[in-house]
Amino acid sequence: MFYFVLKRIALLVPIFFGVTIMAFGFIRMLPGDPVAALAGERDMTPERHAEIMLKLGLDKPVWQQYLDYIWNLLHGDFGTSVLTNRPILDEFLELFPATIELGLTAMILAVVIGVPIGIFAAVKRGTLYDQGIMGISLVGYSMPIFWWGLLLIILFGGVWGLTPISGRISFLFDVETVTGFLLIDALLSGEEGAFASAMHHMILPTIVLGTIPLAIIARQTRSAMLEVLSEDYVRTARAKGLSPLRVYGLHALRNAMITVITVIGLQVGTLMAGAILTETIFSWPGIGKWIIFSVFSRDYYAVQGGLVLIAMIIMSVNLVVDLLYGMINPRILHTSS
Amino acid sequence: MSLLEIRNLSVEFETVKGTFRAVDGVDLSIGENDILSIVGESGSGKSVSMLAVMGLLPWTANVTADKMEFEGRNLLTLSSKERRKIIGQDISMIFQEPMSSLNPCFTVGFQIGETLKEHLGLDRNARKKRAIELLDLVGIPAPEERLKAFPHQLSGGMSQRVMIAMAIACNPKLLVADEPTTALDVTIQAQIIDLLVNLQNEKGMALVLITHDMGVVAETAKRVVVMYAGQQVEQQEANGLFATPHHPYTHALLDALPERSLGLDRLPTIEGIVPGAGDRPDGCLFSPRCKYVQDDCRASVPPLENISDTTLRCFHPVDLEGQAT
Repeated sequence: MFYFVLKRIALLVPIFFGVTIMAFGFIRMLPGDPVAALAGERDMTPERHAEIMLKLGLDKPVWQQYLDYIWNLLHGDFGTSVLTNRPILDEFLELFPATIELGLTAMILAVVIGVPIGIFAAVKRGTLYDQGIMGISLVGYSMPIFWWGLLLIILFGGVWGLTPISGRISFLFDVETVTGFLLIDALLSGEEGAFASAMHHMILPTIVLGTIPLAIIARQTRSAMLEVLSEDYVRTARAKGLSPLRVYGLHALRNAMITVITVIGLQVGTLMAGAILTETIFSWPGIGKWIIFSVFSRDYYAVQGGLVLIAMIIMSVNLVVDLLYGMINPRILHTSS
Repeated sequence: MSLLEIRNLSVEFETVKGTFRAVDGVDLSIGENDILSIVGESGSGKSVSMLAVMGLLPWTANVTADKMEFEGRNLLTLSSKERRKIIGQDISMIFQEPMSSLNPCFTVGFQIGETLKEHLGLDRNARKKRAIELLDLVGIPAPEERLKAFPHQLSGGMSQRVMIAMAIACNPKLLVADEPTTALDVTIQAQIIDLLVNLQNEKGMALVLITHDMGVVAETAKRVVVMYAGQQVEQQEANGLFATPHHPYTHALLDALPERSLGLDRLPTIEGIVPGAGDRPDGCLFSPRCKYVQDDCRASVPPLENISDTTLRCFHPVDLEGQAT
């Protein structure tokens, strides 16, 4: 087990460096001068421009900038935002709970609905139920997030007036930040209606962000279950006289879980990408919106720091998924160590 | 009264090419403490007919029978919930591939305990005690430690022993063993068969042994059913069957045993292959391969008839008084 974990962690090192190179490189490939973007409409003398370049360390050759960047990273320094002059890590951590909150609710929605309907479709293979579920999930999977978001805003927010269309909570409430998770903070504040308002604001973004993972999870659960349902041990379970719930929900699902967990883990990446669009559409004050803003203002350090932090989160989720494999199916642990 | 009574059991599958009859008019009756062996080639419907009794066929299968009763209860009209009370408790089954028949994600103890909990409602301690007892009974050394083992840590023979322990957990009245030794090596095969016969004796349960190994049949069975292409072609006492087989197919099958063809240059074979879904002959299904075939065999299907102590599906049986051989 120990070597299994160690091996997985060692594998993350090259991935980490790859990510830093990409994050560092991509933002520099964009046309535009960070210092000019900082100045905006105002004029700037060449001397002042050079002075700021020097201050930001952008006058050095690119390879040296990269080495400096890595050196700082390894010392836990993600740099300082050019725009706000605050440490990237502080800004990230401040905005991250909003993204996590939205991501978690979207993931819960996707898993809680996706896994059962995937199982159901597999058990009812070839019937109208199966075709219906798979058809709808294909539509969900193919839906562009921005379009789906706007559609829901128009219908639920505009035409029917059922849900708010932006923000995390009604401006009538002033909830003190304790954890950064507004649902929890709203509960802690004890303000009447604050929690309900926060929940109300989550509905549309959750649906929009959760749709694609939901569709993928449903489809993958179905195909993983189909593979497992023809296995001998499922027949054995039925031969014991167990109820269908136990046969499918325990004996078959436990074996199909490897695939399902992998897919769920991979969805974390999809969620982060989706969060950028969803947060922009719903003015959700999270990481996604912040990164987009940083790209527009050519805030090099914010973009590369943010991307590396997101990548690190995704890498840790994948590590956890790898470790879960061994717990779900002991055979994997034994063969790999 | 017999334990399991089956009359005219048929199983059909709808395929793209049309209806495929996997089992065609099988009659069986199994008494308490009986050992019945079902023999036949692969695809002759021996497993499918027993899976039909267990209710383990996929929903695409169409099972029909004039009678399918277990202890006088009609299995065809039972609700699936009531049927599940019988399956695993009064009738249980072990399968061909022990290694893949155990769930890789759960320990041996869990898998045995599950049956005990489902049917007998035993509590945790009682389940553990009984599971150890069962593993001991099927000859697994250090049973207490084995409870925590996962299936991949067991050999094929061990896995089959665990399967047997699971099957006899609730003291079934009937145990169906579907080619229990096919996937095992020869020395283990004998041990498993011995174990099954001993358990059958001790527990007084009935045993249905599905196999294509004539040696196993000769050693264990009291009565034998021979199946061909989904049909039952002959049924008689084991001794009688080996001494005087009446159906040309049984005859040819026994002739092909290496032990019986000593001194011959070549092992006798049965020419041709078992008819598939599309090329079933009009008359007797064995007629294209039969040495004794006559015109009436090709014209119509012979009915299943009782002649003295033998049930036969043949117009021109071999070695029967008053019949030409």
